[in-house]
Amino acid sequence: MLSALSLFKAEDGEFSPPSIFEFYPEIVAFADTPFAINRIMMIRLIVMVLLIVIFWLWTAKFNKAVKTGNVVPGRFQLLGELALNFVRKSIAHDQLGEKDGERFLPLLTTIFFMVFGMNITGVIPFANIAGTSVIGIPLVLAGVAYVTFIYAGTKKHGIRFFKNSLFPSGVPKPFYILVTPIELLSTFILRPVTLALRLLMNMIAGHLLLVLCFSATQFFFFQADGLMSLFGVGTLLFGFAFTLFEILVSVLQAYVFTLLTTVYIQLALADEH
Amino acid sequence: MDAVNIAELSGNIAVVGYGLAAIGPGIGVGLVVSKTIESIARQPELAGRLQVTMWLGIAFTEALALIGLATPFIFV
Repeated sequence: MLSALSLFKAEDGEFSPPSIFEFYPEIVAFADTPFAINRIMMIRLIVMVLLIVIFWLWTAKFNKAVKTGNVVPGRFQLLGELALNFVRKSIAHDQLGEKDGERFLPLLTTIFFMVFGMNITGVIPFANIAGTSVIGIPLVLAGVAYVTFIYAGTKKHGIRFFKNSLFPSGVPKPFYILVTPIELLSTFILRPVTLALRLLMNMIAGHLLLVLCFSATQFFFFQADGLMSLFGVGTLLFGFAFTLFEILVSVLQAYVFTLLTTVYIQLALADEH
Repeated sequence: MDAVNIAELSGNIAVVGYGLAAIGPGIGVGLVVSKTIESIARQPELAGRLQVTMWLGIAFTEALALIGLATPFIFV
């Protein structure tokens, strides 16, 4: 394993590459019960509380601004307005239109901020692992998205929603043998699976890359001898670059997850031609 | 007399598999982005909508590479 790196093995220190066991930290509380809490779960709970507090403060600010008629927002309020307006205008209204956009806006906003909040802990010092890097949260969110777009479709078209999505019109009858299984697979099975996997795998790969960079840096600086420790500068720079990249990825994944949910809802609502 | 093994490789063949799995999506994402850049150069006023579509295209294409990343954990 990792023969290229093991060439640099010093006599005393051992380089330990990151493994999948990064994502199974030891349990810190309530061991042997169904509510066992480990580091990742604790981070999720903290993020949840933080999100609730931030949104509570934002709504208090907005309400106060409306009441006093003070239209000049402060820095904190401006950030809230920008973030909430981004989801509202450039995701919900752009894809779904004003009416349906407003209908699904609470769900889309929740998904966006939850995914972002859980992702960003991957680069926050002392947390250092994303809440979404274990399947639980991506699975729940993908399930919510799945239920929502099926609900949106069946509410609008009734049972015709399934007929439209399994037997798309304009296809010659014999081709349904080929088209229907593909549509079934892609619409009702692969959509939620890829939603969950995309988020999860991005976070796992990001975390492993960061751990690899920084544990290599630690190894080169403190355990490798002589000139070999110069490699550490390179790995440190790489780690820093990947940290910035991870910030981008966590915003992007939140955006993509919300956008895909919106598009699935939009496809379910669309009238069949 | 034992044969001297001068070029020993050790590791997991799944790594090669993932490398192969990353080729297709890599080309795909490249195509999506290059076509978007081309379209924006032709019609800059559509940049916003084209970018949204580009992210969608990237998300769908990239899913294949990510499934490649997931398979070693499922089929060990």
